[in-house]
Amino acid sequence: MSAWASMGVALLLGFAVNGASAAEANAPPAKVMQVDIRNFAFAPHSITVPVGTRVNWTNKDDEPHRVTSTGNQFVASQALDTGDSYAVTFAKPGTYAYYCSIHPMMVGTIIVQ
Amino acid sequence: MRHSDDNANPGRRQFLECMAWAGAGTLWLMHGGVLRAQPLSAGGGQAAADATFAFVQVSDSHIGFHKPPNEDVASTLRASLAKVKAQPVTPDFLLHTGDLTHLSRPEEFDTLAGIMQESQVPKTFYVPGEHDVIGDNGAEFFRRFGEKQQSGGWYSFDHRGVHFVGLINVLNLKAGGLGSLGADQLAWLKKDLAPLSAETPLVVFAHMPLWPLYPPWGWGTDDSAEAVSNLKRFGSVSVLNGHIHQIQQKVEGNITFYTARSTAYPQPAPGVGPAPGPMKDVASDTLHTYLGIREVRHVQGRQALAITDEQLS
Repeated sequence: MSAWASMGVALLLGFAVNGASAAEANAPPAKVMQVDIRNFAFAPHSITVPVGTRVNWTNKDDEPHRVTSTGNQFVASQALDTGDSYAVTFAKPGTYAYYCSIHPMMVGTIIVQ
Repeated sequence: MRHSDDNANPGRRQFLECMAWAGAGTLWLMHGGVLRAQPLSAGGGQAAADATFAFVQVSDSHIGFHKPPNEDVASTLRASLAKVKAQPVTPDFLLHTGDLTHLSRPEEFDTLAGIMQESQVPKTFYVPGEHDVIGDNGAEFFRRFGEKQQSGGWYSFDHRGVHFVGLINVLNLKAGGLGSLGADQLAWLKKDLAPLSAETPLVVFAHMPLWPLYPPWGWGTDDSAEAVSNLKRFGSVSVLNGHIHQIQQKVEGNITFYTARSTAYPQPAPGVGPAPGPMKDVASDTLHTYLGIREVRHVQGRQALAITDEQLS
């Protein structure tokens, strides 16, 4: 096998493992569920999604917000400035409570089943 | 005519209503928890002459914010500090009650520190806002601006007979909650105040309001009642906060609570509109009337603090 061919295989594998296991390479891309952050609230406030869903939060406020798991079940976002987004893929069923660690009265829930 | 609160709230204490603002602001005189106002003229007249010392509160400079209604928050901070320099009585020090920066970024802290230095204002005591502790629990803030008295960042000091306490209520916030002081800080506060006589004037400052000003918008501190219980035996207590970018006040026995204006942008009155956040529709030629600083003069022997809020105009 030439060096070029090896690199091609590596690139293909690289694509396959990006965001999913190699075995799922032929599965349809993960469903994306959008949650807006607006007026100091997560909208929708609570969502129920199938396993493998990618949840994408977008900050539409002029204040920064930070998506933070209540029980440290997923990695917290950085401070999201206006227009910034943050996404997490939920691979396991469960109830994921989260809040904004800057404005903790802002809370939301992702139910994965 | 302006009301004593930035946003008119009908039905509030009658004597606070319809106080005339003259020129740059109103001089507040506090006598054992009762406020008296007079127009700010010629540096406050006799009250200023009687003052043994003065200090200034600045708040919520939000360096890094760059959207309507204020795309140049560095300039409005500079203008606020120029007002400090222009006071007839040089203040002994400044208190910055938090949200120095918008996003806790190193370059924002750099800018803030540079402006404070170039403005040649006196020594400044800082407490962090929730915008100053994003991502590192305040490590960078405390390294640069902390007093380094206690590991938690809170501190106290005595200045010419007045005891000052700086509290931290923007860390370890719980989901669904408000600001938080925490058990360690409350225990320290109790111990710190224990040796003081009830005649000692107290000034307590922290970023978020230390009373339930408007909890639906997060404007309060979960365990403030316990902190306040330690203040009740004192004859003169002033609690100075920031966070809500407008002047609100409340009297509870001998304790008077004040929130300050921002030097950056105003926020709506409690419950007006769907959420807090910058008031974007403020016209640029009136923005300065929403911004400002606060000067406090101490009058020895009267247990009185004269509090002056000055607009940036």
